[in-house]
Amino acid sequence: MNTSAQISNAKLNRRLLKDKLFTYAIIFLAFLSSVPLFLILFELIKKGYKQINISFFYKVAPDTMEAMVAVKNNEIIPGGIANGIVGTLIIVGMASLIAIPVGIICGMYLAENSKGKFAGVVRFIVDMLQGVPSIVLGVIGYIWVVKPITAGFSSLAGSVALSIMMLPSIVRSTEETLKMIPGTLKEAALSLGVPYHKTMLRVVLPSGISGILTGVILGISRIAGETAPLMLTALGSAAISTDITEPSSAIPLLVWEFYNDPNLVDMIWSASLFLLILILCLNLTAKAIAKRWKVQY
Amino acid sequence: MEASSSFNRNRSKLMNSEKIFRYLLIGSGVLIVLIAIGIVTTLFIGSIPSFKEFGFGFIYSTDWNPTQGRESYGALPFIIGTLVTSVLALLITFPFAFSISLFLGEYFKNGKLPSFLRSVIDLLAGIPSVVYGLWGFYALRPIITDLGLNAQGFGIFTSSIILAIMIIPYASSLGSEVISMVPGSLKEAAYSLGATRFEVVKTVIIPNAGSGIFAGYILALGRAIGETMAVTMLIGNSNKIPTGIFDLGNTMASLIANQFGEADGLKYTSLVEIGLLLFVITGIVNYIGKLIMKKLSA
Amino acid sequence: MESTVLEKKEVEAEVKAQPYKVNNMMQNPIEKIESPILNIDKLSVSYGGDKYSINDVSAGIAKNKITAIMGPSGCGKSTLLRAINRMHELYPDTHNKGSVYLGEEDIYKMNPILLRRKIGMVFQRPNPFPTMSIYDNVIAGYLLNGIKLKRKEKDEIVEKSLREVGLWSEVKDSLHNKGTFLSGGQQQRLCIARALAYTPEIILLDEPTSALDPIATAKIEDLLVKLKKDFTIVLVTHNMSQAARISDYSMFMYLGELVEYGKTKQMFTMPKDKRTEEYLTGKFG
Repeated sequence: MNTSAQISNAKLNRRLLKDKLFTYAIIFLAFLSSVPLFLILFELIKKGYKQINISFFYKVAPDTMEAMVAVKNNEIIPGGIANGIVGTLIIVGMASLIAIPVGIICGMYLAENSKGKFAGVVRFIVDMLQGVPSIVLGVIGYIWVVKPITAGFSSLAGSVALSIMMLPSIVRSTEETLKMIPGTLKEAALSLGVPYHKTMLRVVLPSGISGILTGVILGISRIAGETAPLMLTALGSAAISTDITEPSSAIPLLVWEFYNDPNLVDMIWSASLFLLILILCLNLTAKAIAKRWKVQY
Repeated sequence: MEASSSFNRNRSKLMNSEKIFRYLLIGSGVLIVLIAIGIVTTLFIGSIPSFKEFGFGFIYSTDWNPTQGRESYGALPFIIGTLVTSVLALLITFPFAFSISLFLGEYFKNGKLPSFLRSVIDLLAGIPSVVYGLWGFYALRPIITDLGLNAQGFGIFTSSIILAIMIIPYASSLGSEVISMVPGSLKEAAYSLGATRFEVVKTVIIPNAGSGIFAGYILALGRAIGETMAVTMLIGNSNKIPTGIFDLGNTMASLIANQFGEADGLKYTSLVEIGLLLFVITGIVNYIGKLIMKKLSA
Repeated sequence: MESTVLEKKEVEAEVKAQPYKVNNMMQNPIEKIESPILNIDKLSVSYGGDKYSINDVSAGIAKNKITAIMGPSGCGKSTLLRAINRMHELYPDTHNKGSVYLGEEDIYKMNPILLRRKIGMVFQRPNPFPTMSIYDNVIAGYLLNGIKLKRKEKDEIVEKSLREVGLWSEVKDSLHNKGTFLSGGQQQRLCIARALAYTPEIILLDEPTSALDPIATAKIEDLLVKLKKDFTIVLVTHNMSQAARISDYSMFMYLGELVEYGKTKQMFTMPKDKRTEEYLTGKFG
């Protein structure tokens, strides 16, 4: 009697210990995963902050010689990443211009045809497009635009590749958002004799604006840091380039160039830091919009 | 008379915009389908010359020789490099992603700590690949060298660690979602029988949420397979089949990134074929992931 | 749940077993309305396949009166109401037989958009447009249809419509706030104002008070009685006493069929069909 109680007590204690250890392991591993983020942030800030000054934003990237001289004299490398900033703005802007209307309309189509056969096919394809590696889209941008249209590397080619990349997230977030909007809203507008297209564009779409905008901004932040497809399409440029049929730089492309040039190595940290802050701001904006602009039904 | 004709004009204008809108809706769907078909056919057409030259041997040939006159290209080292790096990355991610899923989906659903962890994971997903590569190069590589795992610190293992960090958000998010959806009544039933939380996780949560968690890992694997920049900067870019996980290697994506710029002729079409293979492999992996998810929701 | 199904079946069996007695043998259970504003002619509506949700319904709707449509759930009363301004066509695969005439015009040959501008609708749950202010909600019909109004005209329409629904004094200081911040009853009155502002000939209401508390319900009922001098009102209701309180004519529908139609007073005191009587006395429904 006494011994069996002792045994079961010992067994219970072992079970409880196991439970406790498991819980601690979960907490430990979960928080260990966040360590790299802080190490990366720390490294970027520590090595990058001194390079960020006003000229960082309006001067183009320095050439190797300039940088070498500066490094030799123990000075801060002159120049900035203006060519990258302008390039990123143009390439990402054009990609958005292509992808946002198509993505929103397609999302609307999917939300309005939840059971249709063709809509099912489109939904499947959007899912599959989401998984296409960015480098493959770079190859596509090269074959579709660089060779036949702009006869050489161009920011347009980069935009085409990136627009395909951001399309799926816009489509799906639009679809998900619109599906949540009560059908009574649509009925209300239609019962006032409002045509279907105006009902969708002026009643249903504005009601889902926060969800859709969030999806769009997350899509933009996803492509803003892309390097690989741009290496095959926009290539890079030492000067600020506003001609979309000409090669252009972009911030992630500059990071790659600095990385490959021993004299410019000091610049990678500031450029990366700036890129990271940009993406961080986009993500925070997306979160704020999702919260602030939420429409109450 | 006049009023009625203007009315009719308005009406036909109205009908036109209704029609145009409906065509626009379907048209956007058609456009998406055309883009997908375009991508596939473009890659196919681009690989025809290479396929004509090497046939299916391209997939299992281990040669990558661009020397003029003796040109010969095969994809096997890169297919192996890709699969080994990404599977290894997934294995490294597993304990972390699983812990995060449990942490957010079961142990601490609400509060400041989990929302902090959620933001951290969102941020991890937002860091560009090239920045991960930099960090791997300057911070992680010296550690690998110090440990004596590889003389220069490059290689499959180094890339896999960075990839593992990069895919944590993708591997954990679906998992925490399905874990949080395990019905409370099931858990309560187990608790009422005297189970500890660990036993509930083992006997209720994992069996119920297992396939969803698994689907998340498959989708994360798809990500890892297609990842380019960070791997390019760390894997060593050797065109031979790696002999171990600390050896140098190369993946399909980083091969394209490294060599596409200056390629023409046979090398160019071989790279396009590598792109096609990469497209197919990620397509299959993602399809399996989606299939599991679909079964889950059905 | 099960018991209601059983009850229904029992009733059906009973109905089939004994052909209904006609209390007043001289009169047809469907009363003919003189010079109706709307004439429903042998209308059947299906949501797909051969199954019809309403079957061969014929009835005239009297001008400037309140007509209530009653019946147990699933009897087709909402379908009938929606068929009047073709809102049922929002579901795919709907088809119908028969016609509905608005004056001389067959509504199924009209453009649904233009039809809906003449026949407005108010729904079960209040559904003000969430992105619009109270002011814009009232004139939403004009705004969304791209009809340009002068500032003064807009103000007049908004004030007039809100006064008509008794909301003016409550919201006149917050016209530019979002309509979704009002209480449920206020929201529903706003929705009625939105339908009125467009000066339709007929207003359809689909159980407009089922989501509201008794006080808000009473307000809406008073409002409807007041409105009938300017509009023709057709109201679906689940609530018999509501129909008795405010309607001039009543329809009783059962299993997709229009069983009885006539003056409300008469129907409630002396129903002609046994099924109507059973429904009104609470034997099913």
